Amino acid sequence: MNKTPLLSITNLTKSFGGIKALDNVQFELQKGEVHALMGENGAGKSTFMKILMSLVSPDSGEIIFEGNSLKNQSVQQILGLGISMIHQEILAVDELTVAQNIFLGRENNKMGWLSNKIIDQKAKEIIESLGLNINVQTKVKNLQIAEKQMVEIAKAISNNAKIIIMDEPTSALSENEVATLFRIIRELKSNGVSIIYISHKMEEIYEIADRITVLRDGQYITTKKTADLDQNTLINLMVGREINDVFPKSEKENTFSKPIFSVKNFSSKGKFSDINFEINEGEVLGVAGLMGAGRSEIARAIYGLDALIKGEIAINGTIISINSPKDAIKNGIGYVSEDRKWDGFIPNLSIKQNLSLSSLTNYTKNWFVNSDSEQNSTQKIATELKVKPANLNQKLKNMSGGNQQKVVIGKALLTNPKLLILDEPTRGIDIGAKFEIYKLINQLKDNGLAILLISSELPEIIGFSDRVMVISHGKQAAILQKNEASQEKIMQYALN
Amino acid sequence: MPLINRLKSYGIFIAFFIICIIISVISPQFLTVSNWTIIFTQVSINALLAFGVTFVIITGGIDLSLGSMVAVTGVVAALMAHPGDYPVIVPIVVGLLSGVLMGAFNGFIITKSKIAPFIVTLGTMTIARGLALIITKGRPISNLSDSFNFIGGGSLFGIPFPVLILIFVFVICTIILNKTVLGRYIYAIGGNEQAAKVSGINVNKVKITVYIISGFLAGLAGILLTSRVTTGQPNAGAGFELDAIAAAVIGGTSTTGGVGTIAGTMIGALLIGVINNGLDLMNVTSYYQQVVMGSIIIGAVVLDGWNLKKD
Repeated sequence: MNKTPLLSITNLTKSFGGIKALDNVQFELQKGEVHALMGENGAGKSTFMKILMSLVSPDSGEIIFEGNSLKNQSVQQILGLGISMIHQEILAVDELTVAQNIFLGRENNKMGWLSNKIIDQKAKEIIESLGLNINVQTKVKNLQIAEKQMVEIAKAISNNAKIIIMDEPTSALSENEVATLFRIIRELKSNGVSIIYISHKMEEIYEIADRITVLRDGQYITTKKTADLDQNTLINLMVGREINDVFPKSEKENTFSKPIFSVKNFSSKGKFSDINFEINEGEVLGVAGLMGAGRSEIARAIYGLDALIKGEIAINGTIISINSPKDAIKNGIGYVSEDRKWDGFIPNLSIKQNLSLSSLTNYTKNWFVNSDSEQNSTQKIATELKVKPANLNQKLKNMSGGNQQKVVIGKALLTNPKLLILDEPTRGIDIGAKFEIYKLINQLKDNGLAILLISSELPEIIGFSDRVMVISHGKQAAILQKNEASQEKIMQYALN
Repeated sequence: MPLINRLKSYGIFIAFFIICIIISVISPQFLTVSNWTIIFTQVSINALLAFGVTFVIITGGIDLSLGSMVAVTGVVAALMAHPGDYPVIVPIVVGLLSGVLMGAFNGFIITKSKIAPFIVTLGTMTIARGLALIITKGRPISNLSDSFNFIGGGSLFGIPFPVLILIFVFVICTIILNKTVLGRYIYAIGGNEQAAKVSGINVNKVKITVYIISGFLAGLAGILLTSRVTTGQPNAGAGFELDAIAAAVIGGTSTTGGVGTIAGTMIGALLIGVINNGLDLMNVTSYYQQVVMGSIIIGAVVLDGWNLKKD
């Protein structure tokens, strides 16, 4: 690494209202390098990216790109220089075609008249060069999420990108799609494109990154070759404290002899069919499978969110009928959805109001909300879950992802469920919050709650589940006991 | 910083007071009890409609049928209010009930068909106007009983009766939004309908309820108007829905849902009333008043947008 770097950043500092988001941060990127930027939420990664993309101007520091200092550039100029960013949330225009999206803002026009022919041709070349099979004349709304992301990458390439920043690019991708993305990253690399890669997923970092730079609380911690940094050390560097056991073990030994919840011949047309399982008191049943296999659909169906369901649901041996989330809650089922922004919380309501939303009638007399009892109950659960802001009247939209997730879980817990469904409970939250949620899962389990845990992160599934149900193409492929549930075995069932 | 944020959230109140001060400097009649009695009386009907539409807008909906509902409820009440026919309670109840029914119809169609509230209430706006014309055969209904005419024209303890009704409804609506389960659910649905559903809220029931509230208040406004002009007019209330929506929006109700207060809407309605009143006192013709009013609506929303961005 003695070559002149493509990008070199030194002494980057940025404060927001007295709080240092970045403090003397340095970073260096070689041509054709995949450089991972790691850190908990709030470590300064997004500020760093925003400064690089000229969306925010730094207080001090120097950014040198291809030997020239970048200062006060517009976003357009930065894009023109060949620095592009693939956002976590996909920003494609649904109603335009793939080609039109790729050339959005740089339409090849003659005196204002568009020519789709030329851009279709050019887009096709780029898509083919990436080894992809996407019709450039399809509207983007008809594409899979992964394909949309590829379109974003194609857009960056069409812009002659020399650096592509990828912010959590795999958060919505299935395993297969991740493989495609990595293939493309390697191809970009061999063509001399550099990648700044941001992700919370350890396996990905170790698979794809050449070097890792760690930030913590806005401070630069270190830059190491991936090969020289083992996972535990990396986590400790990010968190700044020792986390010895990523998956804490439950203290209780359990014999699982008290079935709380069961489904029989559970089917939903076109989504899943013939699912049978039971969960005991204090047991975690993990649900593994590829994205789109039908895992989340099973959870939604149990919770009464989807219509036209066949089969039996029983709680404590009594068959119940669930037609709405309200019925589900009444019958002791709690649910935390896979996408908290979409259907998890109300951004404009306070932490307290979000926590009490599902159990509001418990604090109600004659239609009126009793604010004392609401305050007491929500305060208690907030303390238990270690929700950070002490003031529960703050709006939830201003909180970190980890805190939002804790509130969504707290909301479900306040309904006193017997079964708690957790769909991707740690998606998009930082390691510290993840660890707290892990501890919480164990605590709930020890208290006798039955838990249905859906996760795309196999280590999470294996670390927590007493049994693992594998779903493949909407069918129940296997139920594995704890001692036989290995990563390989689960994937084997999931893929067939 | 916190002080500035606080001031910002009270922006509409501050703007209201500044405008009041300016008008009072220009026109000495402005700050008199009799003038404010006039302002409040003039504002009362629009404010009642605006409260109703505030509920609807907070859930993320809209109600364009308000003005037509005012006409229907007004003529239905007038039909029952001839001297010697029925006790005064009958036209009142029938008027309110017809509003409730039309509101329920709006809510039912919106929740069952999943058609946008804008379209549904645009349709019912026309239907209701047609109904009012059918019921009256296009002719105004006059010769109403004195007790009925008291509702819109009488006074109690020197305060016009419509103002008393306005204060009463203001208090009730504020309590509903701030203190009841229904109020919390209304904000939740407007803030994130999917999350509200997952939280176990019966979203359709709450939505139907807000359209019923809107219809009920339209009925109240219809009765007040009919009583004040002592005639049931099938063409009454045309365009009232737009003034009501304007009051809600000026008062900080977000048309994307989830945000809004009854107090804000009250100030929004008063601001419209005060500016009209002030321009009247300054002898500005009504043509110019419309230009001023439109500019204020846009200005209020622009300010609101700035606040949102800074959040």
